[in-house]
Amino acid sequence: MLARVTTVALEGLEPRRVTVEVDLRSGLPNFTVVGLADRAVREARERVHAAILNAGLEFPARRLTVNLAPASLRKAGPHFDLPIALGILAASGQVPPAPLEHVAVFGELSLGGELRPCRGALAAAEGAARWGLRQLLVPVERLEEAALVDGVEVLGALTLGDAAAVLRGEAEAVAPTRARSARADEPAVLDLADVRGHADVLAALTIAAAGGHNLLLSGPPGIGKTMLARRLPTILPPLHRDEALEVTRIHSIAGLHTTGGLVERRPFRAPHHTISASGLVGGGAPPLPGEASLAHHGVLFLDELSEYPRTTLEALRQPLEDGRVGIVRGQRTAIFPTRFMLVAATNPCPCGHAPTRRCRCTEADLARHRRRLSGPLLDRIDLLIHVQRPAAADLARASPSTSERERHRVLEARARQEARLAGTAARTNGQMDARVLRETVVLAPDAERPLREAYERGQLSARGRDRTLRVARTIADLAGSERVRRAHVVAALGYRQDADVEQAA
Amino acid sequence: MRRARGRACGACLRRTWLIARLAGHLELARRDGRGSVGRLREVLALGDEQLLATLAGPAERAIAAEHRAVDADELRRAAAAVGVALVCRHDENYPARLADLDDAPAVLHVAGDLAALDRLVGGPLGAGPPAVAVVGTRRASPEALEIARALGRDIAAAGVTVVSGMALGVDSAAHAGALEAGGPTLAVLGGGAERATPSRCRDVYRALVERHAVVSELPPAFRPHRWCFPARNRIIAALSAMTVVVEAADRSGSLITAEFAADLGRDIGAVPGSPLAWGSVGTNGLLRDGALVVRDAADVLDAVLGPGHRGNARRDGAAPTRRFAGLEPRLVTLLEAVGSGRDTVAALCAVPADANDVVLGLTELELLGALRRSPGGRYVVAG
Repeated sequence: MLARVTTVALEGLEPRRVTVEVDLRSGLPNFTVVGLADRAVREARERVHAAILNAGLEFPARRLTVNLAPASLRKAGPHFDLPIALGILAASGQVPPAPLEHVAVFGELSLGGELRPCRGALAAAEGAARWGLRQLLVPVERLEEAALVDGVEVLGALTLGDAAAVLRGEAEAVAPTRARSARADEPAVLDLADVRGHADVLAALTIAAAGGHNLLLSGPPGIGKTMLARRLPTILPPLHRDEALEVTRIHSIAGLHTTGGLVERRPFRAPHHTISASGLVGGGAPPLPGEASLAHHGVLFLDELSEYPRTTLEALRQPLEDGRVGIVRGQRTAIFPTRFMLVAATNPCPCGHAPTRRCRCTEADLARHRRRLSGPLLDRIDLLIHVQRPAAADLARASPSTSERERHRVLEARARQEARLAGTAARTNGQMDARVLRETVVLAPDAERPLREAYERGQLSARGRDRTLRVARTIADLAGSERVRRAHVVAALGYRQDADVEQAA
Repeated sequence: MRRARGRACGACLRRTWLIARLAGHLELARRDGRGSVGRLREVLALGDEQLLATLAGPAERAIAAEHRAVDADELRRAAAAVGVALVCRHDENYPARLADLDDAPAVLHVAGDLAALDRLVGGPLGAGPPAVAVVGTRRASPEALEIARALGRDIAAAGVTVVSGMALGVDSAAHAGALEAGGPTLAVLGGGAERATPSRCRDVYRALVERHAVVSELPPAFRPHRWCFPARNRIIAALSAMTVVVEAADRSGSLITAEFAADLGRDIGAVPGSPLAWGSVGTNGLLRDGALVVRDAADVLDAVLGPGHRGNARRDGAAPTRRFAGLEPRLVTLLEAVGSGRDTVAALCAVPADANDVVLGLTELELLGALRRSPGGRYVVAG
């Protein structure tokens, strides 16, 4: 007897159609799995065997061969358990084969026969919809996530026994409730209203959020750099539905999405500086998304920037430039999107106290620190913000702004950018390259002079000029001005990088 | 006897070779604290043979043989190859004021224009061009950097040569100020004169070599030992009529320069600092011991040129707003706030709406040259 069950293999973020073929014939009892399966898939034999027996079903004592087709595609992960088990039940006549023709099956089994949640249900549902399958059978925990996809009916089951009963038509599948957002389960939201002092940083955060500019926060340890960076997502525009789906799919495949539903808040990722290059941009076999992709449409926060190994930071270059990263493993390339805002934080020197006299760093320490900071990353960072100790009076005063108010300003500025940048590769001012900059940024007649003066005084590098113009454009957008005026350029110069740090490159 | 310019006599060149050859021995002797052997000035004043006997130890005969075999012409060629001119103490270009030192350097290695040396520090003190040393800590406060820069600029603008060591911090700020004014300035390095050390000062170095001069006692390609810096300081002190220490902590190298200046009977000046600031302990100590109080370049020029010769140096540092007449009121307010110590954007604004104006105003003032942003994001009133 031969049975076929459709399931999904994940390659990067892409679902690939896989047919589980189960062949049952007389011979010595034996159970083999073929078809380029990894260890987790080969271990499925043990789980499937125990689960079928513990679910009170019969495990056929015959020669059993499972093939995962196409055999050329590498398959990984435990979500082949359920399709294999149902294939065996179909081949041995315990469930009818007909319903399996239009159902995709996806799920891991426990030894007791319960279905366990596994990564990538959203991508699986997208695949099922794309291939014109009518239904997708998943563990109940993944029901809401899979139900986010239109065009496929999602069935939930608690146990292997339930799944078999559903296919036999003896029981109703669990239907998804109205898809709720993942927000409800997340801890209370952060808000700019919690911040005391730091008015200058808040103003700069609004500029960064409005223009999608990468920024560098510099300041002594414990001053609040992380606290401020964490609040940046709260003033970013809300995710569009397609953006939210993208984020949910990535997080689901990385196994981070445990709450079900749609991720509606922009992600904030803060990897520790001991992270490897492949942890940051993605890697492994099969390739999994790295922190840069987990921060897609959100914020990637690199604290203690100078502590990251140079090779790790170099790896961020392509993701920053292209908004995506290609991971090549063996014959295959996985593409992961990486459109994040980079927020980096650094101490002004290794001990953190420069330029005050408490700094005990030697000149060599400082030089090393500057060298670490410089290079390709700084080139992509438009705003430098010095975070300083708030005055005592400011600590007692309530924050003068809220995330909601600033987000509103950001949204207006973004709308202006979208209108202007339509037809270019850039979506925000921060993404404008030199050419787009020349074509779309119109300077008022007297706005060129401060740039020239700053350059002549050695306060601005040639590379810093474009960055200043991008920031000036955003300041103008926040002010509602179509022209970039002199005041916008001058204010943007206040956020420039120190020329001497750049020169250490 | 007249010599070709840029040539030094064989004896002096060989002497310089010997000091460079024994530099490591001298360093070790100082590190071990071997009594008189470690006393830098005494050792540098010794004759060639005594120097060998004192420092070389078991290697004395071998080094003596090497010393005899040194070919002065080869040393001249090596210096010429990297664009370094040579002036020895028998040369008429040799600054006569260095003769006040018992341990005057045998040869000065000059990067830049040899003629500039005469113009900058030629002749004896009093008769030749006046010069003032502006020195201080490498780890200077933003204010001290600003003061050093202003002193360098205003002293040089009065035509007085600013001599310093091109170290990070105060020294290079003083050079930078003098270069800004287009006035005379000279750097004395601890290592070879053909190389910018420290490398972060390469912009200052390049400008000095192009327009003025950089000198060193030691030959090209020589990598300095620690003793070379106090040794260099004696040259700075001897070239200058007055040594001004801008900022120095308890044990700063610039205090050594001041001590050498005192030994030579030259004037010493110091910029006062707060009694609470440990970074000013050294300079305040000098003032207690009778150094001249230096508030600005005029105080220095009064001492060096005599009253009434102060050129166009200004004495209005207390009220920077007066220098920038016609500023908008909001900029005046900002400038006054920075002058009174509220020196960061954070200190100057309380609400984000202000922050944009404050950043804008501070940058306007910076473009006007009234303020300068220091690397930590603090602002100082430009001197």
